[in-house]
Amino acid sequence: MLEINELSAAVEGEPILKELSLTIGDGEVHAIMGPNGSGKSTLANVLTGRDGYEVTGGTVKFNGRDLLAMAVDKRALAGVFLAFQYPVEIPGVSNMEFLKTAVDAKRRHSGEEPMSSVDFMKLARETSRKIQLDPSFLKRGVNEGFSGGEKKRNEILQMLLLEPSLCILDETDSGLDIDALQIIAEGVNGMRDGKRSFLVVTHYQRLLDFIVPDRVHVLAAGRIVKSGGKELALELEDKGYGWLEDAVA
Amino acid sequence: MSMGDFQQQALKLAARQPRGPDAEWLTDLRDNGARQWLRSAWPGRKTELWKYTPLKALQEKPFEDWAQPQSGWQDEIELLPIEGIRLVFVNGVFDEAQSDTLPEQVSLFSRTEGRGEEVLRSKLGTILDTERHLFAALSNAWANEGVLLHVPARTVLDRPIYIVHVSTPQAQPSVANLRVLVVMEQGARAEMIEHYVSAGRQQNGFVNALTEVSVGANAEFRHTRINLEDESLLHIGGVHVALQRDARCDSFTIAEGSQLKRIDYQVTHREPGGQLRLNGIYLAHGRQLLDYHTNIEHAAPHGTTEEVFRGIIGDHARAVFNGRIHIHPHAQKTLAELNNRNLLTSRNAEIDTKPELEIYADDVRCAHGATVSQLDGKAMYYLQSRGISAEQSRILLSFGFINELIQQLPREEIRDYLQRHLQLLFENSDSLIGEAGSQVPNEAVAEEAGGRH
Repeated sequence: MLEINELSAAVEGEPILKELSLTIGDGEVHAIMGPNGSGKSTLANVLTGRDGYEVTGGTVKFNGRDLLAMAVDKRALAGVFLAFQYPVEIPGVSNMEFLKTAVDAKRRHSGEEPMSSVDFMKLARETSRKIQLDPSFLKRGVNEGFSGGEKKRNEILQMLLLEPSLCILDETDSGLDIDALQIIAEGVNGMRDGKRSFLVVTHYQRLLDFIVPDRVHVLAAGRIVKSGGKELALELEDKGYGWLEDAVA
Repeated sequence: MSMGDFQQQALKLAARQPRGPDAEWLTDLRDNGARQWLRSAWPGRKTELWKYTPLKALQEKPFEDWAQPQSGWQDEIELLPIEGIRLVFVNGVFDEAQSDTLPEQVSLFSRTEGRGEEVLRSKLGTILDTERHLFAALSNAWANEGVLLHVPARTVLDRPIYIVHVSTPQAQPSVANLRVLVVMEQGARAEMIEHYVSAGRQQNGFVNALTEVSVGANAEFRHTRINLEDESLLHIGGVHVALQRDARCDSFTIAEGSQLKRIDYQVTHREPGGQLRLNGIYLAHGRQLLDYHTNIEHAAPHGTTEEVFRGIIGDHARAVFNGRIHIHPHAQKTLAELNNRNLLTSRNAEIDTKPELEIYADDVRCAHGATVSQLDGKAMYYLQSRGISAEQSRILLSFGFINELIQQLPREEIRDYLQRHLQLLFENSDSLIGEAGSQVPNEAVAEEAGGRH
C-alpha cells in the first residue's frame, strides 16, 4: 500500500525527517510513536502534501504511484486520508455541505454519480450517530465551536464517509477522555477490513489499547530508531523515550 | 458633459415630472431640494465623501428622460417567494397588476389621504441628511411618487412589505427616482424588504433611490435591501433612519457592484436606548465599483450599534467602505461596534476601507476593526485534503465568508434566495473568487487596523 523510502523533509529550511523508510502493507495497522518534535506530524503532513513541508529527498509510493508528485486533492481522491490533529474551523460552510462536496468529488473521481441530497443526508446522519456525534452538528459550520472531542469525531465521520484506503490519524487521541477515545477507536476498528491500512501517529500508548497495531515504530530526531510488535508500545509506556534517544545519540 | 451640466440637466428633468401627486407641500420639498442640489459643490477627488468614487459614469451620459414603464420582464426575474404585501415598480412606475391589494397602513404617495397625508406632509424629507448625502437633495428635487408605510401606535403588521424595483432596458439614457417613507409610531412593529432587480442590459439606466425611516418609541423595524441588478445600471441609494426612545432597527443590505453604485446608510439615535443592528455584504468583480458609506450618529445616551460589513472584491474591481460612528458629548453609555472584513481575490482588486470613530463622550464602549485578507491557507489545505479541488475550495470558502452573515437572517426565503444566487455567482464568476489556477498564497496576509476605546 505505502512505501516510504529514505524520505527527507524540511520545514522552513530546517531538516525534520531524515531518510525515513517505512512500508505498510494492505490491511496493516502501523503506529508511529515518539517524543514531541520527533517529526511525527511532519510525516503526516508530508504524506498529504501540505504547503510549507519541503521534501528534500527520497520517494513515497502509494499503490505503486508517486504520491509526492500528486496535488493535495488528488492524493485524497487516490485514497489517502489524514485525520487532523487540529481540525480547521470554517464558519459559514455547513458541515453537511462540506461533507457532500467531498463525497461528491470522490464519487465523480471514481466515475459514480453524485448522491442525491436526500440520500446523502440520510447516510451522513446514520454515520454520525455511529460515532455518537449528534446529527445537529451536520448543520453547523465545519468544526465551528466544536469541542476538542467533537472535532475529532467529526474527523472520523469524514473518514467513514470517504472510505479511504490509507487512514493517517495524527494525534487523534490528544485531548480526549477515555469514553471519547473508545468511540473513536470503535469507529476506526469498524473500518478494518483486511484491505484498508492505517498509520496511527500518537505520543501515548493509551490509544493503542483500543486500536491494536500490527507494527509499532519509534520516531526520534526524524528517523525510525526502533520497530517492533504491539508490545513495543508497552515498553515505551514503561521506560519513556529517553533510553531510545540516548541510544541514537 | 461637464459636472455643472449634470446638475442643470437633473433640474430640467425635475421640471418635467410626468405623473404623481400634485400637492403644495410637495412643491416646497422639490423647490428646497432643487436649491440645495444646485448650491452643492459637485463632488471631486478632494471631496472627502466621494474621494474614491468618481461620478464619471453619471456625467458621461445625458440623462434627459424619465424611464418608461414596460411589461414582459416577469420571465427574466425571480422574485422572492415572500408571503407578504407586494408592491412592484417598473422603472420607477407603480405596476398595479403585479402588486397586491394594499392594506390601510401602506399607500402610494399619490393616493394617500387623511391621516396618512398628514404624516407624509410632516415627515417626508425630514429624516434625511442632505449634508452628507448629496443625492438626497436630488431625490427631494425629483420627489414624486413613492410608498408610504405608516404603522400606527401599538400596531403589528404581521406580513412583511415587499417592494420590488424592476429596471428594464431603455432606449435613451433615463432615470428612475424611487422614494419610500416609513413611519412607525410608538410600539409599532413591521418589516420591509426592498428588492432592486433588473431584466437585461441596463446601459442607459440610473436609479436614485431613497428610503426614510422613523422608528418611534419602543417600535421595531426590520429592513432588508437587496441590490443585485445588472452591472451596467448606475445606482445611488440612501437609507436614512431616525431612532426614537428604545426603538429597534435591524437592517441588512447586500449589493453587487456596477459601473457606479453608491449606497449610504445614515442612522441617528435621536433619543436614548435605541438599538441598531446593521449588517452588509458587498461583492465586486470585473471593473465594477461599489461604495458603502455608513454614518451612525449617537445623539442620545444608552444607544447600541452593532455593525458588520463584509466584502469580496476580485479582478480589477474596486470597493469602498466608510463606516463612521459619531458619539455626541452627552451620548453616555453608548455601546458601538463596527467590524469590516474584506477578502481580496485578485492582485488588481482594491478596497478602500475606513472605519471612523468620533467619540466626544467619556463613558462609552466602542470597538472598530477592519481587515483585508486573502483566503485562509489552512482552510484551503483542509478542504483539499478531503479531495475537494482548489477551485471548489475557493468557492466554498468565499461563500462561507459571507454566508456567515446570511445565516443570521431570520427569513428562510431570503436566506435561500441569497444562498442560491451567490452559489451561482461564485460558480460562474472566476473573476470574483480568483481565476482558476491562480495562486492563492498559503497564509493569509492580513493588514489589521482597529482598536478599542
